[in-house]
Amino acid sequence: MASVDAAVSAGGGRDAGALVRAAAPAARFVFRGRDAAVATVASALGTPLSLEPCRASQSVGRIALWLGPDEWLLIAPRSEGGLVASVLAKALGGVPHALVDVSDRNSALIVSGPAVEDVLSAGCPLDLDQAAFPVGMCTRTLFAKAEIVLWRTAPAEFRVEVARSFLPYVEGVLAVAVRDGG
Amino acid sequence: MLLIHCPYCAMERPEIEFRHAGEAHVARAPDPSQLDDETWAEFLYFRSNPKGVHAERWRHVHGCGRFFNALRDTVSDRLLVTYKAGEVRPELPPQEHSR
Ligand SMILES: [Zn+2]
Repeated sequence: MASVDAAVSAGGGRDAGALVRAAAPAARFVFRGRDAAVATVASALGTPLSLEPCRASQSVGRIALWLGPDEWLLIAPRSEGGLVASVLAKALGGVPHALVDVSDRNSALIVSGPAVEDVLSAGCPLDLDQAAFPVGMCTRTLFAKAEIVLWRTAPAEFRVEVARSFLPYVEGVLAVAVRDGG
Repeated sequence: MLLIHCPYCAMERPEIEFRHAGEAHVARAPDPSQLDDETWAEFLYFRSNPKGVHAERWRHVHGCGRFFNALRDTVSDRLLVTYKAGEVRPELPPQEHSR
């Protein structure tokens, strides 16, 4: 675990070791399919889909997070949602697949700062050390009593995708963790 | 907390992400209407419940979401090996199932 010695002062505030903020509005799709559909989505989206477990890929603001061996969470800027939906639906026309628009199901938080591992560890059972959870790793997991999708976007930054109805709860647990220094 | 190796995520993950899902390799008859009541009841309700190595289904419900199989020693609660759904039950080296 990262040292938080100097990073977190009691009571948080300006010197807090981690910062929680809302991510930019996004369009989201859960895609499920086999090899042919995966290749089709990759070329239509302009982003390769990781076949390696628990890895994210992105290109030109379009993101594909591996969730399972035939399941990805696709994320794009909110303004591109309609375009992405129609491009994907058209490309996948004759190929067996499932594509569900979940743009409004999730919200996302960006958690960052030198104490980010400790703050997330307040609710997440995974080893968040960079050796075990490197930049580019993503996975569905738990944060306290909420299911989340966790993606390490930088050494000291994670994106947390959470069901909208659980957002106040997750924000609350994170706020306590930030205040207590993880 | 146990660490369980998910064969789909290809890594060890905390037990809290998983759900146990009963005995593995219990095959449903292709045509249940051909079975007598005793055989059907056997399929529905009776499990091997061994003391020792037990093949069982688990689901990585708060991870990749997939079902897989595991060999677990019911005496020590050690998960000896996990393998993907559909794969045959692996043979264990002799020293791994001493009970
Ligand atoms: Zn898994």
